[in-house]
Amino acid sequence: MTATANPTYIGARVARKEDPRLITGEGTFTDDVMLQGMAYLTLVRSPHAHARIRRIDTAAAKKEPGVVAVLTGTDLEATGMLPVFITVPSMNGSKHMPIATDKARYAGDAVAAVVADSRDAAKRAADLIAVDYEPLAVVVDASKALEPGAPIVHEELGSNLVFTYPVKGGDVDKAFKDAEVKVSQRIVNQRLIPNAMEPRAVAAKFEAGELTLWSSTQIPHFVQLIVALNLGLGQNKVRVIAPEVGGGFGSKLQVYAEELLVGHLAKTLGRPVKWTEERREGYLATIHGRDHVSDVELAAKKDGTILGLRVRTVANVGAYLQAFAPGIPTILHVFIVPGPYRIPAFDYEMRGAYTNTTPVDAYRGAGRPEAAFLIERIMDRLADEIAMDPAEVRRKNFISKDAFPFNTISGITYDSGDYAPALDRALAMADYKGFEKRRAEAKARGNYRGIGISSYVEICGLAPSKANAALGVGWGGYESARIRVHATGAVQVFTGTSPHGQGHETSWAQIAADALGVSPDDIEVRHGDTFESPGMGVGTFGSRSLAVGGIAVHKAAEKVREKVVQIGAHLLEASPADVVVEGGKVFVKGVPEKAKNFGDISMAAYLANNLPDGMEPGLEATVYYDPPNFTFPFGTHIAEVEIDGETGAVQIVRYSACDDCGRQINPMIVEGQLHGGITQGIGQALYEAAVYDNEGQLLSGSMMEYHVPSAEDVPAFALDNTVTLTNTNPLGVKGIGEAGTIGSTPAAANAVIDALSPLGIKHIDMPLTSEKIWRAIRAAGEGRR
Amino acid sequence: MGHTVTLTVNGTSYTREIEPTLLLVELLRETLSLTGTHVGCDTSQCGACTVLVDGRATKACTMLAVQADGATVITVEGLAKNSEMHPIQRAFAKEHALQCGFCTPGLMITAVDFLERNASPSDAEIRHAIEGNLCRCTGYHNIVNAIRSASAEMRQTAGVRPKVAAEVNR
Ligand code: FES
Ligand code: FES
Repeated sequence: MTATANPTYIGARVARKEDPRLITGEGTFTDDVMLQGMAYLTLVRSPHAHARIRRIDTAAAKKEPGVVAVLTGTDLEATGMLPVFITVPSMNGSKHMPIATDKARYAGDAVAAVVADSRDAAKRAADLIAVDYEPLAVVVDASKALEPGAPIVHEELGSNLVFTYPVKGGDVDKAFKDAEVKVSQRIVNQRLIPNAMEPRAVAAKFEAGELTLWSSTQIPHFVQLIVALNLGLGQNKVRVIAPEVGGGFGSKLQVYAEELLVGHLAKTLGRPVKWTEERREGYLATIHGRDHVSDVELAAKKDGTILGLRVRTVANVGAYLQAFAPGIPTILHVFIVPGPYRIPAFDYEMRGAYTNTTPVDAYRGAGRPEAAFLIERIMDRLADEIAMDPAEVRRKNFISKDAFPFNTISGITYDSGDYAPALDRALAMADYKGFEKRRAEAKARGNYRGIGISSYVEICGLAPSKANAALGVGWGGYESARIRVHATGAVQVFTGTSPHGQGHETSWAQIAADALGVSPDDIEVRHGDTFESPGMGVGTFGSRSLAVGGIAVHKAAEKVREKVVQIGAHLLEASPADVVVEGGKVFVKGVPEKAKNFGDISMAAYLANNLPDGMEPGLEATVYYDPPNFTFPFGTHIAEVEIDGETGAVQIVRYSACDDCGRQINPMIVEGQLHGGITQGIGQALYEAAVYDNEGQLLSGSMMEYHVPSAEDVPAFALDNTVTLTNTNPLGVKGIGEAGTIGSTPAAANAVIDALSPLGIKHIDMPLTSEKIWRAIRAAGEGRR
Repeated sequence: MGHTVTLTVNGTSYTREIEPTLLLVELLRETLSLTGTHVGCDTSQCGACTVLVDGRATKACTMLAVQADGATVITVEGLAKNSEMHPIQRAFAKEHALQCGFCTPGLMITAVDFLERNASPSDAEIRHAIEGNLCRCTGYHNIVNAIRSASAEMRQTAGVRPKVAAEVNR
């Protein structure tokens, strides 16, 4: 019997093991690391979005009291280039140095570094550095960047085109020829700023030839690898620690300039160095997300059956390619655009463009929210065009339950799915049938009420290493786990995942507990320290941790369990087939009174004088798990909004979601992931936008101008779920970290546009702020008059 | 240097020579090594730095340390009494009101002050009260639940439980 057949802890709302230290202030975040003799790094950043660096005068800064070092790009070339981990066909990669040497390519590009005894001294000295800039023509808009004559961000590449990524299936031209209905829409997925609440920070010390580097990162092992390679240190001499990490959402899924710089400076200056981002600085120098402009055309029959989809998108990658940037608008976007629908013909051309803006990379959902928004918006446009209920248009085109495994027109295989029940449950929760009455009541109040549906499929569990290679991802998609049972029976789980809020210490303990027949309380989960890890870890992103890292833990635990059974059978003089491991005991089925304690077995494993013949002493197992396929969670989200007829202010009055992430390890954590994801997605729909002026200045440059949703901006959420197990992994788990963000943006936006549809409004670009809505209402009113 | 401040933090009195420009949050974090109070922004928007100053939730990044001379300050490290967690701490854990935990100290402190002034709040009042504390992880749903659940417990145990905020002069 395997442990998952009858789980005790998997599926339970186990209280989080992380919480006691976090609610008492005992958790250590990177900026909390204070070391004897620590110096502080400050970076001088270009105020210009595009400017040649003629000369940098550091003389005055060097004289400032407390200054340890003042360095420019040429002094720091030893740190090497920042890495890009993905190469897509025909890609024009950019040279990206931690400190720019020739020119600044976005406002915020670092041009000099100051190290001083205190933060204040470093800042004072930074102000004294005189940079002679020659401002150059600036390009901010990605489409304009691809026009002839546009300012070129990287001259050596000859153009701003990063890649052209076409994906085709079926006969799209015929689909449009045969179409009874065609709808088209320009769809803008605006640029967002991730805003993890903890700003990035890096600290490092170099002692006895060993570099210890703390960083607020989602990928400590990648940081270790690149720091070791770039700084010429053995990987065994670089210890990277991701301590408490205060949220990431993709923004800490990088090897950043500051990690290389702080490592290099600690090594060369011979004293500990720390850098902590200021929020305004982070807005410029930490990656942004999204930023697609798509022209979408859908061909259909009058009964709502989709015949074909054609999309042309330009993605703004910003001034440099970041670590995963080439894969976000391509691999993680284009393939999943068909969503839950059977689309017979598909023609997508994605182009990436360099501009003089902050680099764009993964932000929660990373490519998939853009896909879901695009398809769900055009589905509503189709419903509107043929006057069909949006729920029914979706239902009509769903891939049917018996069609799995399903090969999508974009070329991937969904292993499992059952989309209609999630839609039905969400409709019931939302009282969809009663909506028109509520719309009428709102109208009587002078308000506009709308309801919006979003049915999504997303792609998680990144990824089978061979699929990665075929797609141009320069790293395997496995995850590692080691389980060590000490002689006393104390259990430690070491994981290659690197949680920053997801609660892996708890969920992984639940998984291991069921396999080992002990309580999660007796299991310690350790992560984020490359000197403690099983070896190489890949990290936490793309909702992969459970479906890859959690399975690695499960498999390691099953291996240890197997040995526990063997030793137990030996000590109890029974057949291994009859041995039960349960409740901290090991006994022969039906004879629980003659049990051995779990600790007796582990002690025997290390005493090693009474083990089955040929058995190695010790009780631990290490697993590198490489999944056979991706996983495809799905669901339906429904938002209901009421818009104040006077002010245009939107209130989300009801939010219902039914998601299917397969088996849930800890439903409490699943719900938390959804709540947070939904709120971020609502943020995109209603509030958030990174806005540049034509000179490349970030107008939404602080938390005052960029509206991160507060508690008053979002409602309570009603959640439900269906459970369709994937057979991709033995636990049937899929991933839930990003689903909320993917499902919610189209639901909220569709609801607002539905509310305004009686005014003849078909589409408004996000964010749907009260000002924009107020203008749209006025324009529509004036249009009618 | 040259400025001397004396203040009580979590029941201990400290006297320190400081720069006049030092912020209260810097004094707490850097000088007193109380790193449970966090810094999440530079525009007093996020609330991660919230502490109780003379019983009132205060953004410690908006106050100079010299202004706290003579004040009584409670930080997250001072919420538990004799190793017994404050009801708000228990409620945050029970309701899964934290994920990464970075915003959590500030939110709990804001909630403690709020619940001292409004013992039976509605959900809308709770949401309004924490509007100045941003959380990017939880979507606030469980934070609202936690504050509601703490308020219920605090009503039941009122008079028995030692008060964090009310023990200081207001
Ligand atoms: S640090 Fe953000 S409000 Fe104080
Ligand atoms: S729990 Fe991460 S910001 Fe609130």
